[in-house]
Amino acid sequence: MSDNQVMEKEPSNFTLIFSMVLAGLISGVAIIGVYNATLEAILANKAHDLQQAVFRVLPGVSKMQKLRFEHDKLNIVTDTLADENVIYAGYDSAGKLIGYAIPNEGPGFQDTISLLYGYMPDKRKMVGNEILDSRETPGLGDKIFKDLDFVANFKDLSVDPTIVAVKKGKKAKPNEIDAITGATISSKAVVRIMNLARERWEKRLPPPGGEPELKAN
Amino acid sequence: MKQKELDGYQEFMKGLWKENPTFVQVLGMCPTLAVTNSAINAVVMAVATFFVLVGSSFLVSALQRWIPSQVRISLYVIIIATFVTLADYSLLATLPAVHKQLGAFIPLIVVNCIILGRAEAFASRYPVKYAVLDAAGMGAGFFLSLTMLGTVREILGTGTLFDIPLFGKGFEPWVTMILPPGGFITLGLLLLLSNWVTKKRAEFLKQVAAAQQEGL
Amino acid sequence: MENLVWIFISTLLINNFVLSYFLGLCPFLGVSGRLETSFRLGMATSFVLVVTAISVWFLNTYVLIYAPYLRLISFIVVIASTVQFIEMAIKKLSPALFKALGIYLPLITTNCAILGLAVFATSRNYGFLEGLAFALGAGAGFTLALVLMAGIREEIEKTGDIPDLVRGTAMNLLVAGSLSLAFMGFAGLFSAG
Repeated sequence: MSDNQVMEKEPSNFTLIFSMVLAGLISGVAIIGVYNATLEAILANKAHDLQQAVFRVLPGVSKMQKLRFEHDKLNIVTDTLADENVIYAGYDSAGKLIGYAIPNEGPGFQDTISLLYGYMPDKRKMVGNEILDSRETPGLGDKIFKDLDFVANFKDLSVDPTIVAVKKGKKAKPNEIDAITGATISSKAVVRIMNLARERWEKRLPPPGGEPELKAN
Repeated sequence: MKQKELDGYQEFMKGLWKENPTFVQVLGMCPTLAVTNSAINAVVMAVATFFVLVGSSFLVSALQRWIPSQVRISLYVIIIATFVTLADYSLLATLPAVHKQLGAFIPLIVVNCIILGRAEAFASRYPVKYAVLDAAGMGAGFFLSLTMLGTVREILGTGTLFDIPLFGKGFEPWVTMILPPGGFITLGLLLLLSNWVTKKRAEFLKQVAAAQQEGL
Repeated sequence: MENLVWIFISTLLINNFVLSYFLGLCPFLGVSGRLETSFRLGMATSFVLVVTAISVWFLNTYVLIYAPYLRLISFIVVIASTVQFIEMAIKKLSPALFKALGIYLPLITTNCAILGLAVFATSRNYGFLEGLAFALGAGAGFTLALVLMAGIREEIEKTGDIPDLVRGTAMNLLVAGSLSLAFMGFAGLFSAG
């Protein structure tokens, strides 16, 4: 180190700036290179995961398109951004609308829970639910997606007047779900997030007959 | 300063135990604890860190002649951040499920003090060959300790190893171990163990030396 | 509003940066020897966190939508220059404060809590106010953890009766583990209802 310094003169400002710029350029080229090389695979992975999730929460669906609620109506969009005004419409192979997959997130026991549920407007029923992201306590709160009995709650669930979590085994009405023993708060959090989304979308979904057409692509 | 004689084997081995980045130098704590709640996460994190560490040490050492010392830290950080971005995107493209688990902790490799530490303390002063060996040793040491933590925490916390159940149905998992407190406590106890081993070893070597003296 | 309160409280207590996310452990284990210095470092870090949150929001909204691949590099550059800038500003405006904080300021650059904040705020798509609440919660949480740790360590040192084997990092980690365990009690604070 010190040997080098003896040989070299004090570098000028130009040398310093030049070396920084050069490093920035080389690093930029490397990053853009790997970004371009991996972009396709990354987008494909994401799209695939999303599509699989939509297909899982809406049984019988084989095609989907993304809708965003803007300017007081639902518009078909193709971007990759997700926000609280986005839902996914699912269609069967004949192009008939089956239902909507609605994402939402909110506070859980530990951290934010984000989920996606399938809703059939003609039956006013929830037909499936998937937890996309959560940090609930392993072994307890994570039963919201690991406990198959709890997951099955959402396969045929009436949303009227609102979804209610009751103690396990006490489910009597079509709008009630069995909470998880030992993780009541996580169960209630899931229900709360769903109800909030349901309220938000209740008025926004088009009336029967006005469903958005599947755009051929 | 005269460069000391280097022995490639020694430079590699020191990272594994004598100067282990986790147990002896106590560096890079945040990934060490945050991602070791399962063995597989620990392994992926360690491999990514290994890649960044060896790559940046190689570059820093190869370019040491041309790096002006006034802006060296900024340049090191640019080099490291580039490698981390490469690792991040490659992982996202090939193993999206694991990437989701590790989440935001991959970008945090940039501020892992081990990497900047090796660049500044070693790679910038020694030839490429030794810099790479040193980085590989440190990376391997980091890998070792991360895997150890991940294994202990996963076995105790869920009763599995690499998702394979180890015990029968009767096992009641010690959930705390895979939660944050388990990270602190497991690392604390492992540090204790390593202190103890170091102390016993020193005592043993002393006894051997004393015995030899008597023998002479 | 409810959302902002949730972000703040959640980051302060339930998902404390140090005790739950393990961010900012280097100063947490290194500097937490004395109460006074811990508090000052906590304050300085909180300030940098808030400035970072604002800059990151600007970057995300106006720059990175065109060049997402420059995320990491630009964050690092912003953090390093923020710290440098604050250091110069404090030196000029309040030499007394600079004297008190001086040695800690450069250390903040390598504090993973700062980059962690930037990365987390991005991956959660926080808006401006949400990012601010997040930074305030993170800063307050970091200060809280640091001050608690320092208090406990001062008390332990007073007894003076610690085996050599445990003294140092091993003991600090075990104390941190107990603190983290205690903070787990805050979980569920917001979701019952």
